[in-house]
Amino acid sequence: MYQFDYEAPDSIEAAVAALRENDESKLVAGGMTLLPTMKLRLARPEVLIDINNIESLFGISELEESLVIGAMTRHADVAMSSIVQNFIPGLACLAESIGDPQVRNRGTIGGSVANNDSAADYPAGLVGLDATVVTDRREISADNFFTDMFETALEVDEIITAVRIPIPQRATYMKFPNPASRYAVVGVMIAEVSDGIRVAVTGASPCVFRATVLEEALEEDFTPEAIANIAIDGVQFNEDIHASAEFRAHLVKVMARRAVLAISS
Amino acid sequence: MEVSLSVNGKEVSEDVEPRTLLVDFLRNDLGMTGTHIGCETSQCGACVVHVDGRSIKSCTLLAVQAEGAEVTTIEGLAAGDELHPMQAAFREEHGLQCGFCTPGMIMSAVDLLKNNTDPTTNEIRDWLEGNMCRCTGYHNIVKSIKSVAELE
Ligand SMILES: Cc1cc2nc3c(=O)[nH]c(=O)nc-3n(C[C@H](O)[C@H](O)[C@H](O)COP(=O)(O)OP(=O)(O)OC[C@H]3O[C@@H](n4cnc5c(N)ncnc54)[C@H](O)[C@@H]3O)c2cc1C
Ligand code: FES
Ligand code: FES
Repeated sequence: MYQFDYEAPDSIEAAVAALRENDESKLVAGGMTLLPTMKLRLARPEVLIDINNIESLFGISELEESLVIGAMTRHADVAMSSIVQNFIPGLACLAESIGDPQVRNRGTIGGSVANNDSAADYPAGLVGLDATVVTDRREISADNFFTDMFETALEVDEIITAVRIPIPQRATYMKFPNPASRYAVVGVMIAEVSDGIRVAVTGASPCVFRATVLEEALEEDFTPEAIANIAIDGVQFNEDIHASAEFRAHLVKVMARRAVLAISS
Repeated sequence: MEVSLSVNGKEVSEDVEPRTLLVDFLRNDLGMTGTHIGCETSQCGACVVHVDGRSIKSCTLLAVQAEGAEVTTIEGLAAGDELHPMQAAFREEHGLQCGFCTPGMIMSAVDLLKNNTDPTTNEIRDWLEGNMCRCTGYHNIVKSIKSVAELE
């Protein structure tokens, strides 16, 4: 790794100030993505700003029909949280499906969301559940947050403080994991929220997207058969050593059907 | 930068570069080579230690990030000459061949039993997702862990 300076501020204000002080500074949360990237010299921050000492970024609470999950909350803590298991069990399962126990013990929801890897699980979770990303200065709906592969609506000096997730009527996440990394070859979150059915897909294309044709069909008839013969047009499916574009398109439907089945009573 | 932490119950304080990984700090600065480096890219689990009671990959944590933390490594498990039950079980059940993955396997396994005292075989296999072994085929590793769970 290249050399860098290291700071560990204990407030959001101090972290923002540190980000503004140097254009080449970067936040580190769980470090599960950033540190490997720095080892590969794909990222070369001059200053690492560690936000692990900012207490207000941790924790899970229920507030006005929503769950508020602090940005620094680890995947393992989301998976084991009785609040999440109670109100959004599908989200607890999603968190439990990430990587391995040691990755889950360090990796954070804020880091995963900020990174917006096209194969990451939380982007589908947040879009599917109609969540809101809360930052040090504003609130951004998940629909508007994930803009492109590794791109988000965040400004360079902006810090995610929490995500707010309205409690759905029902929701579940189905993924076809890469057998080595557990990243999603395809992952589908299906949720029934206050304004209807949402279907969010990760892993299949460069950025998480809503499969609106599936949403419309499920709105009419919430059964696996209702989506069996629908083509998902207008999507650029990823093609790589893990799966062809055609296979990914197929997997979207298979995962969606399994999800529907899982939450049909 | 000065970093102060507790390793296996002993307070240590050293001057390190921010880029020093916790695993390199343990091995090079403290001379504790029980924790291994396999991939150094967060995949293999050879470097698993406990930080504040949770298993983590020490190749993906900076030493300076462990400031004030309580770190437990494989060297900290045995009580004097008496092996930790998990170490004894790996010996008894042939849970190792070359032994390269073993420190990480054992540290992961100890963490599992902290949260789940009676795991099923499948739960053990799931938990070992981040620990790779090139020798044993995992079977005896799972058996070792199971035997400790049954003891408790
Ligand atoms: C072996 C392995 C397997 C994995 N498997 C999966 C998987 O199956 N599914 C999956 O979804 N992910 C997987 N991951 C990724 C993992 O979930 C990471 O934890 C996550 O992508 C990044 O979170 P982090 O907290 O580690 O962030 P970091 O690596 O610390 O940061 C990532 C990026 O986000 C920025 N950032 C962090 N926090 C904030 C914040 N609060 N505000 C603004 N910007 C911020 C950082 O500056 C950096 O650019 C895996 C990782 C590994 C190493
Ligand atoms: S050396 Fe840390 S995971 Fe392989
Ligand atoms: S015993 Fe050789 S790698 Fe596991």
